[in-house]
Amino acid sequence: MSTVFWEGNEAIAWGAVDAGCRFFAGYPITPATTILHTMLRVLPPNGGIVMQGEDEIASIGFCIGASMAGYKAMTATSGPGISLYSENISFAIACEIPLVIVDVQRLGPSTGSATRGADGDIQFLRWANTGGFPTIVLCPSTVADCYSLTIHAFNLAEIFRCPVFIASNKEIGMTRETVDLDKLERPDVIDRKEPPEGQPYMPFRVAPYEQVPYFLPVGAKGRLSRFTSSTHGEDGYITTNPDFIEKQNRRLEEKLAKAVGEFTFYDYLQAIDSDTLVISYGITARSAIEAARALESLGRPVSLLILKTLWPVPEDLIRRKARDYKRIAVVEMNMGLYLREIQRVLCRDDIISITKMNGTLITPEEIMEVLSK
Amino acid sequence: MSSPSLINPSRPPVFCPGCSHENIVKALDRAFVNLGLAGDQICIVSDIGCSGLFDTFFNTHAVHGLHGRALTYAAGIKMCRPELKVVVTLGDGGIGIGGAHFLAACKRNLDLTLIIMNNFNFGMTGGQHSVTTPKDSRVSTSFLNQIEKPLSVGEVAAAAGAPFVYVCSAYDKDFSRILEAAIKFEGFSVVEVKEICPGRFTKWNKLTPKMLEEAAQSSSFRGLVMGNERAEYGRAYRDYLTSLSPINRPDGIKAQFEPIETKRYEVLILGAAGQHAVTAGEVLALAAMSAGLRVTQKNEYDITVLRGPSIAEVIFSGEEIHYTGIKSPNVVIAVAQEGIDRRRSVFKALSADSLIICDRGLELPDSKADLLEVDFKSLGVKKSQRAFAGLAVMAAMNRGITMDMLRFAIDRRYDSEKIRKEMHDMMKTLSQRVIKGGG
Repeated sequence: MSTVFWEGNEAIAWGAVDAGCRFFAGYPITPATTILHTMLRVLPPNGGIVMQGEDEIASIGFCIGASMAGYKAMTATSGPGISLYSENISFAIACEIPLVIVDVQRLGPSTGSATRGADGDIQFLRWANTGGFPTIVLCPSTVADCYSLTIHAFNLAEIFRCPVFIASNKEIGMTRETVDLDKLERPDVIDRKEPPEGQPYMPFRVAPYEQVPYFLPVGAKGRLSRFTSSTHGEDGYITTNPDFIEKQNRRLEEKLAKAVGEFTFYDYLQAIDSDTLVISYGITARSAIEAARALESLGRPVSLLILKTLWPVPEDLIRRKARDYKRIAVVEMNMGLYLREIQRVLCRDDIISITKMNGTLITPEEIMEVLSK
Repeated sequence: MSSPSLINPSRPPVFCPGCSHENIVKALDRAFVNLGLAGDQICIVSDIGCSGLFDTFFNTHAVHGLHGRALTYAAGIKMCRPELKVVVTLGDGGIGIGGAHFLAACKRNLDLTLIIMNNFNFGMTGGQHSVTTPKDSRVSTSFLNQIEKPLSVGEVAAAAGAPFVYVCSAYDKDFSRILEAAIKFEGFSVVEVKEICPGRFTKWNKLTPKMLEEAAQSSSFRGLVMGNERAEYGRAYRDYLTSLSPINRPDGIKAQFEPIETKRYEVLILGAAGQHAVTAGEVLALAAMSAGLRVTQKNEYDITVLRGPSIAEVIFSGEEIHYTGIKSPNVVIAVAQEGIDRRRSVFKALSADSLIICDRGLELPDSKADLLEVDFKSLGVKKSQRAFAGLAVMAAMNRGITMDMLRFAIDRRYDSEKIRKEMHDMMKTLSQRVIKGGG
């Protein structure tokens, strides 16, 4: 065992570096600011670029520019910054620009409480774009998750050419904990695919049986790259052809919705002789683990499904795991935002909802109290 | 030195008859040709509105993004591809909605060329007033322009630090030379082009090329702005990077001591801003890590510096720590009233096995815990050192950590020999006078 003492934000920064991130831009906002600081400490000395935008809009704009130029890029903010990112999130979806966006969530609504945690943005991250296109949202429970999910986030952004969110929380981002470097999951790094040489480049043409176009960076030699926020054809110029537009928009939906099985990250802690499955995510899942342990010692075992991929909803996994349980409970640090997904997927209206949204953690005892009934 | 035209023959410009934008397309192409630039050496970043059509007219790298944000994408591209000539086309609308980016770009001085196509109104959406619409113009937004002062783009650019500002009309006989000079300039160059919008603006207002040209000729902005010349941002950035040495991920800590115990152990440090409670928490964490324990730390402090409470919650355990909240601390180090007052409710949760190490003179809520009151002042411990002194007392009493662990943590946390020695000395004094001397 060889341990470092990292906060979640620091682990995200190191994960980004190890994923090949070469560009970061952000605007100060608690509780995400230490990602900016850590990136500034570690990226420029290793040849990368870090900028502080004049606002959140500029920060994500810089990152989009950098990514179009071929650099792996990341930005980080909290809920109020996601509001300002919104238009550019749509742009990144439309132009299929790889980008990692970290949301270290804080208690809302609005400015809310800068130094109090919550998981109140998880639907916002899914729906913040115009057109309602799917996004990938990964959700860490631990500081070690922050590191490895960041590498996964970069890989997914490269594979699917899309923005990928990390839904962190003040309670992970600014909490330090020991991370065992010997046990840290370090996924292999994946890069975007450049188009084969010797063919004319069509920025939004996909090869047969593929869902994602090749990526040619702005600044490439000999061939020209094009990105446009307007509804575009394969050539990257504006189009009004309804057949192509329909095909293109279906593809943007399906390239993620159909592939979620490839990136469904989760932990499943099965208890023997349990009739109850507790579903949770983020920091709250850790209270659920403690509650499950205590309940087991009281002879009332419950199983636990900890989701680390929140969007697209890993529907197959949820259905498969929930099948054998009489009682299902969802525990979350908001007003029941993921409950609705579980209800929808399982077609059940008897799901127990355990929620809290006052800036403090849901305690193991609070979970036990409900589940003991 | 010249190259073939970069006009895209399959996408000819389509503007309203009489639109000045046509002149800009031609002049810009002539400037590219005269500079000998090939399409893959240029990126055009266009905004929204009629200026947003420009990325389609040329065979260059091209980006068409969101309204007002063109300068931000251009900045990201230029930082990563310094060899590219990056030209941004914006209307007067874009200057309004992207005002913050315009100011920041002037201030930053990254090598971009900004062409502002100022036709005094929103053409594409129907002739609404923009930030540059004169007060006496007739627009589709009723009287709203009459009660505002129009913005002088050149003056704003110069005041914000742009080192190259040129105000001209689209009818200047040297127009392509002006664009050439702007593109060639190493730094942020702004060219404001006064234009005619026949589709909207001149339907209701009298404005001729001659009038525009006269207005432009009277402008004092003809290129270099005195006092704003300085190093280009990207070059300065890259120069600075060469002075840095690579940084590696820190090495981990390996266990070197036997832990006192492996059960969950909670420590709460209640201090005030300026007492380094958070750093003391980190030192405690490193001490526990040296015994192979897992540790979590959460902090609480107000946004003010040097005022208000400063609190650290440290938990260590031989097992994975799941719930990171403090339940019933084994040790409370109380060194400031602000910290105590913020967490009064925790004292009720203390058991008879808990220990409070408290600076003399502080008022504590009732609890079942053992209380060790220490007169830090008379022992010569400064206020700023008392959170750390609390750790020294803990270690001296073998509560949670040992003196060896704490010494290890100090050496790991501080590079300065002076600080290390100061802290080791303090540990010695406290262990002799507080513990062996009987508190």
